[in-house]
Amino acid sequence: MSRRARTVLALAALGALAGLLTWAVTGLPGSGHPPGPNARRVPLLLARERHVANAVNGVTYDLRAADSLGEELILFAAALGAAVLLRTRGRRRSAGAGEHSAATSGALRAFGAALVAPLIVLGSYLVAHGQLTPGGGFQGGVVLAAVVLLVYAAGQQARLRRMKAQPAADVVEAAGAAAFALVGLGGIVFVGALLANFLSYGSLGALLSGGTVPLLSVVTGVEVTGGVALIMLEFMVGEW
Amino acid sequence: MVSVAPYLVAAWLLAVGLWGAITSRHLVHMVLSLGVAQASTYVLLLAIGYRNGATAPIYGDVKPGVPTVDPVVQALTLTDVVVEATVTAVLLALTVQAHRRFGTADPDRLGALRG
Repeated sequence: MSRRARTVLALAALGALAGLLTWAVTGLPGSGHPPGPNARRVPLLLARERHVANAVNGVTYDLRAADSLGEELILFAAALGAAVLLRTRGRRRSAGAGEHSAATSGALRAFGAALVAPLIVLGSYLVAHGQLTPGGGFQGGVVLAAVVLLVYAAGQQARLRRMKAQPAADVVEAAGAAAFALVGLGGIVFVGALLANFLSYGSLGALLSGGTVPLLSVVTGVEVTGGVALIMLEFMVGEW
Repeated sequence: MVSVAPYLVAAWLLAVGLWGAITSRHLVHMVLSLGVAQASTYVLLLAIGYRNGATAPIYGDVKPGVPTVDPVVQALTLTDVVVEATVTAVLLALTVQAHRRFGTADPDRLGALRG
């Protein structure tokens, strides 16, 4: 199909789609007044019965924990798929890669190295306080994985290779996914339902509150750190 | 009219993202266009759960009972973001493979399937 024909067809189709969507949304209840009772009840339920202050993570790791298990496995499969696709890339780049790439400036190297430790602290804080403050396993895990990106931006590919960062990310990701599944099985063993809460709820606002919510937040952080780091390493460093 | 404005933004993002994907001349551009189209779902979900004058559904500074926005759709948005990130990763990996195989990332110039 010629580009002109495609453009005409796309304009017609998207115009029709936009018209239909506009017509559809005028029938929705207006934004600002959520219709169902969930917006009121779910945070209260989580705060009073589960002692979770952050209702978003309460939903993610308690009410919808089974969905989060599936989400973990999606990330696991995607990292696996990216690794399988990219590791066949041939061995052109593996030989003769220097200690630093020549284009990396000294300032970038210094800043990259200086930011590694604060980033690890920030990521760990986000992962560990998922039940209390904004953050949680997914968000903190991505921050932690960004450490790998910093090391790469600082021109330390050879160091990443010496550290065996890629095999390490493999293991971290698999361990996180397995730990999430084990916590889920713990619910079956101790309570009788998958991912049911089998720990003490603690008191609202304490670091160890919410039973399995902080535990699942931490194992999710481990899994996301490994998965995202693995995906980035596959793209950045390629064949090792 | 103002109360449906977020929904219209979502519809606009979907249409613009699809337009970008259809007219794309580079696979990376196409993947990012798909990301724009998916961003419409974030706007839609958050708009559904928004409550006028309410706070975030986190009881740190506020006591339980204070009106909050809907946490369920926010958790769904989190799932959505994670899926989008993983899909982007796999699609970009496929782009790398396509470029290696065909020597181009222009979708129109990718050849027929070869064994």
